[in-house]
Amino acid sequence: MIGAALGSAAGAAPLSLVPLALSETGPIWVQLVKAVVIFVAILQIVPVVLWAERRLLGRFQGRLGPNRVGPAGLLQPLADVLKLVSKEASTPATAVPWMMAIAPVISIATAVLTLAIIPFGAPGAYGGEFALAGIDVSIGLLYFFAFGSISFYGLMLGGWASGSKYSFLGSMRAAAQLVSYEVAIGLSLLGVAMAAGSLSLVEIVEAQSGIWFVIPQFVGFLIFMVAGFAESSRPPFDLPEADAELVSGYNTEFGGMRFGSFFMAEYIEVLVISGVATAIFLGGWHGPGPEFLGPMWVLIKMLALVFLFIWVRATLPRLRYDQLMTLGWKILLPLATLNVLVTAILVVVIPG
Amino acid sequence: MSDTLSSKSSNPAEASATRLPDDVIAVQRAPSPSRTGAAYRTFGATLKGLRTTLARTLEKPTTIQYPEEKTPVYPRFRGRHKLHRFEDSGLEKCVGCSLCAAACPAECIRVVAAENTPEHQVSAGERYAAVYEINLSRCIFCGYCEVACPFDAITMGNDYELSDYTRSDLIFTKEMLLADPIERAPLRREGE
Repeated sequence: MIGAALGSAAGAAPLSLVPLALSETGPIWVQLVKAVVIFVAILQIVPVVLWAERRLLGRFQGRLGPNRVGPAGLLQPLADVLKLVSKEASTPATAVPWMMAIAPVISIATAVLTLAIIPFGAPGAYGGEFALAGIDVSIGLLYFFAFGSISFYGLMLGGWASGSKYSFLGSMRAAAQLVSYEVAIGLSLLGVAMAAGSLSLVEIVEAQSGIWFVIPQFVGFLIFMVAGFAESSRPPFDLPEADAELVSGYNTEFGGMRFGSFFMAEYIEVLVISGVATAIFLGGWHGPGPEFLGPMWVLIKMLALVFLFIWVRATLPRLRYDQLMTLGWKILLPLATLNVLVTAILVVVIPG
Repeated sequence: MSDTLSSKSSNPAEASATRLPDDVIAVQRAPSPSRTGAAYRTFGATLKGLRTTLARTLEKPTTIQYPEEKTPVYPRFRGRHKLHRFEDSGLEKCVGCSLCAAACPAECIRVVAAENTPEHQVSAGERYAAVYEINLSRCIFCGYCEVACPFDAITMGNDYELSDYTRSDLIFTKEMLLADPIERAPLRREGE
């Protein structure tokens, strides 16, 4: 109801400074339906991604991957979850129990909250005036950065609260990685924000009706993807949980579904990064065919990027800690800054 | 060796540098690439790596799905032992001489011999093996028993699926060794 009231207020006065542009979100029941549909749909994709990752990694390494549970191993994620649920969530004597309990919650909550801003279709594609996104905030990119940063608190608190040296080292690495790559990821999206003239993901997608930003902002896309790998702490940037040297890093002491939550949060994060990259660089819902096929195009592009995540995981070895820092500060940051400068000049020189 | 080393270190190119001790070899490194060059090469190498792994997905996986699909063995593969009979008379070839037990380095064969009588003719010789046991949990599959046997009564078969739930089940008696294995291991074809 508040949303509707704010919406009508914003509709009446277009220049009013409403922080969240709620004018296009629709009535409250539409909000609820969108929230449930997006949440359920993405949560259904997570086990599929889990399965696809293990199968594809197998193929990349010349083996088959899990193929015993269910047809083609499709029930493997279910078996994994059943195993995790039935296991004990133990707490070490040196741990801080309440912090250990909330760390996975922070991880998974921030990952799911970021899902809300991914636009799945053009406004009004299924009737009405609302955007096919959980919420269409005018500060979409800042929202994404904010929750991306908070999600690292889950890792850091989890590692620190475990009271284990390996976990602690993992969380320290997570903290350093966050600081190094937040900057690069922010600057890489600044070019797009300038070209589109907006921070709202829906408006950024609408600005790509002619040409997708992946072409004029190719450097930005590369930086975003590299920093996105680091942001979701996926290989080759999985230093916080480097199992070769840190057992399992920040989640060493976590068992049962607490570990499961961290695990799920990582995969939702992968989907979020893919979704945001789809919206910002790959034209979001734009694609051949009528407008109502938008969500399909978004999912296809997202899954293509998820494939890239898996492909890179199968290819690249984990970076050393100093290499991670060098890449972040000495290569990505100058490149991103240069990209922003060039874009800024071009935006001024080329009108429109 | 020390001659070649000292001649290397007295090489005119290094003469100006401080003379190294004889047991130290000066390592020459390639010129390090510039920073942009290194970044460019890293990017190229990454793309090359991605291409390599993608090519792997197009190949057939090398996995052998074991319980359904078994690794074929070579004809001379030494698996579970077999005791043999004469095909015409059906008499056992083993005469209970215990040479196999004597040759066995793991001491896993136990033979107790008994005399053949005209009413109870078990083997072709004077004596036969009343007890012939091989403890397969001890056997090292060296094949010495096969070599030691003067009558080719014992040979090594091709079966390798020998796991069981208790150790006593792995003591194979004469009846088990004389019988054909329930499931035969696949044999590798010529040149495979």
